[in-house]
Amino acid sequence: MSIEIKNLSFAYKKKQALNDINLSLSAGFNVLLGPNGAGKSTLFSLLTGLYQTKKNTININGFDLFSDKEKIMSQIGVVFQQSTLDLDLSVKQNLLYFASLHGISPKKALTNIELILSQLSLTERLHDPVRTLNGGHRRRVEIARALIHQPTVLLLDEASVGLDVDSRLLIISYVRKLCKKLNICVLWATHLMDEIEPADQLVIIHHGKVQAQSLCKDLCEQYNSSDVYQLYFALTKNTEAV
Amino acid sequence: MSQYYYCCAGIIKRELFRFFKQRSRLLSALIRPLLWLIVFAAGFRAALGVSIMEPYGTYITYQEYIVPGLCCMIVLFNGMQSSLSMVYDREMGSMKILLMSPLPMPFLLCCKLISIAFLSLMQVYIFLFCTQLVDVDIPWLSYLTAAPAIFIIAFFLGALGLLLSSLIKQLENFAGVMNFVIFPMFFLSSALYPLWKMQEASVWLYTICQYNPFTYCVELLRFALFGQLNINAFTVVITATAFVSIIALLNFRPKFKSKG
Repeated sequence: MSIEIKNLSFAYKKKQALNDINLSLSAGFNVLLGPNGAGKSTLFSLLTGLYQTKKNTININGFDLFSDKEKIMSQIGVVFQQSTLDLDLSVKQNLLYFASLHGISPKKALTNIELILSQLSLTERLHDPVRTLNGGHRRRVEIARALIHQPTVLLLDEASVGLDVDSRLLIISYVRKLCKKLNICVLWATHLMDEIEPADQLVIIHHGKVQAQSLCKDLCEQYNSSDVYQLYFALTKNTEAV
Repeated sequence: MSQYYYCCAGIIKRELFRFFKQRSRLLSALIRPLLWLIVFAAGFRAALGVSIMEPYGTYITYQEYIVPGLCCMIVLFNGMQSSLSMVYDREMGSMKILLMSPLPMPFLLCCKLISIAFLSLMQVYIFLFCTQLVDVDIPWLSYLTAAPAIFIIAFFLGALGLLLSSLIKQLENFAGVMNFVIFPMFFLSSALYPLWKMQEASVWLYTICQYNPFTYCVELLRFALFGQLNINAFTVVITATAFVSIIALLNFRPKFKSKG
């Protein structure tokens, strides 16, 4: 359960989005912190194979993304920043469709779906069209979808942004519990600093560069910061994040 | 192998669910060709008499002549509608879910095309049943013999839609497809008039019709409805399908590349 990134750079035509990124993430709750436009979503698009990488730049669970994309895709679960649910279909139809794309039989998928939805307090919404769900419920469905195939690496790109406090707390505490229970590698991208705990592995990204990477409490010590707000400001001189 | 089966079944089911949720889509898919058949063909019946020609063994009415063309029109509109829904999926983000499947991309896109072909087949069958109500006599055996032809044509036009969806960047640009793809393909073919009539009117239009793959789709189905295989049309449609599918597949690979 690991993500290794070596010398990864990426540009959209003339705009450099990522500049020589080197990262090593293992099982546990890893937070990718950075302001809007720091390169978090670009990194996610590269990690999920939506943008093409070069050989030996991204390695997940021992597989190179360039040559073993199919093997990697069966081991990662993703929640994108923007909703990717089909609004015309019900919760069940959305989840079964995703399971089928991973080659999982409907019978096995339904067993997993029922278990995950009960953990996320969504069982009663199973047959509801996604269009009728509120933002928090839609996010929970997306998290459920990311877990159907039992991934060992879970990528969440600003999964709690735009949600009310209760929904945010429910989602982040559920992912933290899951991370501990299953010992999976979670990469949680955010610009909300109140979601970070001292024991989290923290990666601060700014202007497409990794500014620091270590345990949050160790980084605070290293940069003489009383909390993650001070640390973030010291490393980025940016006041955008809250 | 079972994972491939579940995947293909899942993609087909999703398309069917979506199709039946959009009832107006089925209705408009049927109304359009029925209007052509009942109103347009009735008006032009006297003016556009059709003489004996292959595969018909005798004189036929104009309504009977345009049925294969109208079936192909249904398939053409369904193929383009599916490409519209793929552009929509891409804009809404749900295309990412398909692209992140661990199964090979060519297989996934093939499943998508099969699902489009199933939808087309279903709509054409409903239309063929409706034609019985306006005295167009189609032998029951034709439903069986036409199925493979409809499927191949739908696969070709679905692949064309797939290619267009990979080239169209925004949903708003899709209106151009109507003007630059659907109408020219349909009108510059043998769907509404035999090509020899077109040749009498204009040699250069006749030449364009001969290079239009849609002409061969119509002819393939016309012969299939009579239990015959038009080898020439079959070869052209299969070749065009392979060509368009390969280009569509190549266009669906990730476009942005890292510098690392």
